[in-house]
Amino acid sequence: MNSSEQAVYSDTVVRQFSIMAVVWGVVGMLVGVIIASQLAWPELNFGIPWLTYGRLRPLHTNAVIFAFGGCALFATSYYVVQRTCHTALFLPKLAAFTFWGWQLVILAAAVSLPLGFTQGKEYAELEWPIDILIAVVWVAYAVVFFGTVGTRKIKHIYVANWFYGAFIIAVALLHIVNSAAIPAGMMKSYSAYAGAQDAMVQWWYGHNAVGFFLTAGFLGMMYYFIPKQAGRPVYSYRLSIVHFWALIFTYMWAGPHHLHYTALPDWTQSVGMVFSLVLLAPSWGGMINGIMTLSGAWHKLRDDPILRFLIVSLSFYGMSTFEGPMMAIKTVNALSHYTDWTVGHVHSGALGWVGLVSMGSIYYLIPKLFGRKEMFSVKAIEVHFWLATIGIVLYIAAMWIAGVMQGLMWRAINADGTLTYTFVESVKATYPFYVIRVAGGLLYLTGMVIMLWNVVKTVTSGNTVTVAIPAPAHA
Amino acid sequence: MDILYLLIPLSVLLVLFILGGLWWAVHRGQFDSVEQEGERILRND
Repeated sequence: MNSSEQAVYSDTVVRQFSIMAVVWGVVGMLVGVIIASQLAWPELNFGIPWLTYGRLRPLHTNAVIFAFGGCALFATSYYVVQRTCHTALFLPKLAAFTFWGWQLVILAAAVSLPLGFTQGKEYAELEWPIDILIAVVWVAYAVVFFGTVGTRKIKHIYVANWFYGAFIIAVALLHIVNSAAIPAGMMKSYSAYAGAQDAMVQWWYGHNAVGFFLTAGFLGMMYYFIPKQAGRPVYSYRLSIVHFWALIFTYMWAGPHHLHYTALPDWTQSVGMVFSLVLLAPSWGGMINGIMTLSGAWHKLRDDPILRFLIVSLSFYGMSTFEGPMMAIKTVNALSHYTDWTVGHVHSGALGWVGLVSMGSIYYLIPKLFGRKEMFSVKAIEVHFWLATIGIVLYIAAMWIAGVMQGLMWRAINADGTLTYTFVESVKATYPFYVIRVAGGLLYLTGMVIMLWNVVKTVTSGNTVTVAIPAPAHA
Repeated sequence: MDILYLLIPLSVLLVLFILGGLWWAVHRGQFDSVEQEGERILRND
């Protein structure tokens, strides 16, 4: 495969994925606000089955993780692999297939989940025909990505590509193993595993999905877009390599911490806890490496809102990768598990880390892809940043308080050994925090709507540009 | 917990695969002039 006669980058697919990331971001976060409101005011499902919490909640998670996050990962990985390898995408038609195939997956999810079709596995709810489509698209993605790396003109493979590559391989493996099921009709199937076995596979998948989809992929983003936006190389390139290998060697066995104090063998739970604690080291190494990239250029944070998105995302990454290992400790987990603390933890990672780093990267990409110097309104990026940050703080602070309160109320015992509180008393006590969460979510959603407006304005006032691949340096 | 007979060998295979990747990277000179590589992406794209 010789792509040297077409001396331009394949950016069409990058443009498509970038715009859809923003569109799906608005949709997914809107559904999030709706279900957050339903928890505070249950009447909001209007008695319509398709709008009930149980059906909309998986729609929300699928939309934000796989539609918003997924499109952002596709867009940035296709952009970064071309720019760092000085070559166009391998098989651009197959790359176009990954775009349309992935949109079809999202559409199928948006229809089938409210209708009530589900495998009942968290973050893997989609029924088997959709699972097969995901697998096909994912293999095509791997072919395009690794084909591009294989036809690179630069000998060294930039660290971001290692992270993207690990994310692509791991997600393929996790998806195929966890989704193994026996079909019993077009939209019905039974998991290939049963009982505690199924739970173990599910959380082996579930936590590694966090590790490889929501962490490794976005770290790839971080290692390219922070240096580019800051105009400085990664603080320590050596550390970035250590970060990569340490993270992927240690990630795979953190999953059992989702099953503390269950039917899972005790030693397996302890293994999960130990691996989760070990993960603190590579995570913080990477976080410090990213933030220290600004060393000597801190003033840039003052007037560059894009850089602020990227750097604040890393501080949320640091926070949640500290909080995560702590919550994986069994004694802490005894308090936190099944409470809203977990929900707060997930959202500090999702809104703070995944959301902000994607938004920053897309703000960097859009003007470049549409031939403009900067976004239509830099002021609007600034407004978005503050709305998002305040929204996250309201959200996670409310969930911390709610979670710890619930944990303490559930375990409180009277002198005679009876429970101090009934469950519904803890629900009542949580109500104000659910309302605060809605407010935080609304702020975050508003920021995303502003982003969509800004992107539409930038795209319509710009034009699609073709970028020539730099001629190979005389070697 | 028969499932561990699938998941643990799978992890071991994966670690071997990762080790293979690391071995490849080290022996193909991926890490020979490491600090320069961080600067390259800033020069031109």
